Amino acid sequence: MQKKSNYDRRGFLKGSSAIAGATAAGSLLPVGTAMAQQGKLKVGLMLPYTGTFAQLGVAITNGFKLAVEERGGKLGGREIEYFTVDDESNPAKAPENVSKLVQRDKVDVVIGTVHSGVVMGMAKVLKESGTLWINPNGGAGAMTGAACAPNFFRTSFSNWQTTHALGKVLKAKGHKNAVFITWKYAAGEEMMEGFKEGFEKEGGKLTKELYVPFPQVEFQALLTEIASIKPDAVVAFFAGGGAAKFLKDYQAAGLKGKIPLYGSGFLTDGVLDAVGDAGEGVETTLHYADGLDTKKDKAFRLAYAKTFKLQPDVYAVQGYDAGQLLAAGLEGVKGNVGDKVGVIKAMEAAKIDSPRGQWTLSKAHNPVQDMYLRKVVGKENKVQGVAWKALADPARGCKA
Amino acid sequence: MPRASAPGAVVFADKPDSMDFAFFLIQLLNGLQYGLLLFLVASGLTLVFGIMGIINLAHGSFYMVGAYLAWSLSSMTGSLTAAILLAIPLTVILGMALERLLFRHLYQRDHLYQVLLTYGLILVFEELRSLIWGDDVHGVAVPALLNASIPLTENLSYPVYRLAISGVCLLLAAALYFLIQKTRIGMMIRAGASNRDMVQSLGIDIKLIYTLVFALGIALAAFAGMINAPLSSVFPNMGSQVLIICFVVVVIGGIGSVKGAMAASLMIGLAETFGQVLVPEVAGMIVYVLMAIVLVWRPEGLFGRT
Repeated sequence: MQKKSNYDRRGFLKGSSAIAGATAAGSLLPVGTAMAQQGKLKVGLMLPYTGTFAQLGVAITNGFKLAVEERGGKLGGREIEYFTVDDESNPAKAPENVSKLVQRDKVDVVIGTVHSGVVMGMAKVLKESGTLWINPNGGAGAMTGAACAPNFFRTSFSNWQTTHALGKVLKAKGHKNAVFITWKYAAGEEMMEGFKEGFEKEGGKLTKELYVPFPQVEFQALLTEIASIKPDAVVAFFAGGGAAKFLKDYQAAGLKGKIPLYGSGFLTDGVLDAVGDAGEGVETTLHYADGLDTKKDKAFRLAYAKTFKLQPDVYAVQGYDAGQLLAAGLEGVKGNVGDKVGVIKAMEAAKIDSPRGQWTLSKAHNPVQDMYLRKVVGKENKVQGVAWKALADPARGCKA
Repeated sequence: MPRASAPGAVVFADKPDSMDFAFFLIQLLNGLQYGLLLFLVASGLTLVFGIMGIINLAHGSFYMVGAYLAWSLSSMTGSLTAAILLAIPLTVILGMALERLLFRHLYQRDHLYQVLLTYGLILVFEELRSLIWGDDVHGVAVPALLNASIPLTENLSYPVYRLAISGVCLLLAAALYFLIQKTRIGMMIRAGASNRDMVQSLGIDIKLIYTLVFALGIALAAFAGMINAPLSSVFPNMGSQVLIICFVVVVIGGIGSVKGAMAASLMIGLAETFGQVLVPEVAGMIVYVLMAIVLVWRPEGLFGRT
């Protein structure tokens, strides 16, 4: 998911500050009056449409457009004009790409993106420009933490949230110690921290943190290490191809069934077809699950499947909620997007009736949401219950 | 490894952090096994690089093509063995065609042209992969005959398939050594590498030999992708991960030396395995530090000729 070292990020952020400065100058113009009130609302979609995350970008776009269609193609009474940029999940191009939307297309709101590294590249530019921004995926803690801003909103999760509830889960199962294994990069470390904090609060002990260099998938040495430590439980975060390989290797090493495996929901999302029965029984926490069976979820799944001839996933839900959140903001000001303070207030106060269940925003603009405990049954991440009711990210370092 | 292979015979110390002797042996096995796999992928690169002087950045793409072929053909035929038997001729043909159409024109040119061409090929193969096979992650089933694990300790088993791959790697290494050092064709290949014009004027069809060597290199990379597919899964961009480590192997071992590639692969396998366990904080760096040390000590690589 989120790659690139801190070194790279710092490097291109420096380079981007020149662009950001120019953007800030642009925003000094009286935007509200300059824009025709009855004109179309300009929505900039900055998402991956090529590369490994292409499908995620498509799911988010579909979800967003579904939310708009359900409102008659209008938000706050205004028709929508879309501007699209393929961010290629490339952090190095993030400032340039987001500047295209902000400066060239003069969009009213930016929706994006998947990759956390790109998210942090966008943050720099959008903080300066003050453009309304809704992030429908990338879980980098800093966006709603140290780098938070009044115009930053997220409809997905923070990395911390996806593993924090596991502490409670492990405690309830009687596990007293655990080993955490992940890739050594920002998202992995944030998820490790989230778990550690939750588990230690419950009196559990994180015996060892095991890291694999990103994006390597050779786990054999660390699996041997796990067998030698013999913890009560193993908690893991990997995603995509890495997750599939980890699940299979865990089984092949004979650890499956001997040491129970838990993880952040991404460990078992979108990979179950690839792993055969290696995922069976693995329990994870995430803000969405299969078989929620609420009225809203059923209606959403049906509408999505009908419209796009595809099954929705967690990413589609996040995109859909980005549309819902924006709708709430615009309805609050009757479509007058120039009243940015009004839009932000309306969004802050919104109660989003999501397929995942109802959620609200924290002070730092990250969802306060139920984290579900899910268990792999066949090809589904079946919901087992709510692991943590209304979990809020601590938003450390957010002063806005 | 007599102690480790006797299940139940190992008594664990209660200190979980200490690595006892049994686990040391298992990690040694892990390291060697990983090293052999690296050798399989890197051997094709070192052949093409060393004998033909081609810097093939697309080597990882052929690894990916092999893995995707293994997946798609095995889901069609229901057998990985059948898929591999079908896919090998396909990759040999692909290699020969690429050599005839593209690479042949670059032997006399600067390395920069090769880098540009092969980088372009990476993009083309990724795009084709996306069009033909999509962007999903896929799993490939281990052949039923090898789908078992040998219990090593009370909670750790060793997959038979991994051991089988190691065996295949050793066999291939021996075959390559024999081919290059002991056969007539091998002699021509070696002669061609040191003086192409002389060999040609002696009436040997050097063009054909180059085509064959290139196809062999491609087929080796693709074959590595195929037999590794059940272990690694099949996913977009899988080649780029492999490419970098292959270049490290080739540089440490000495360009063009199959023996060197073997030594370097095993070194890297062991360094990475023990690095991850003993010094996890810097595990990502160890391989590159190793490379730097070798290059300072022997700039031409372990078995390279100056």
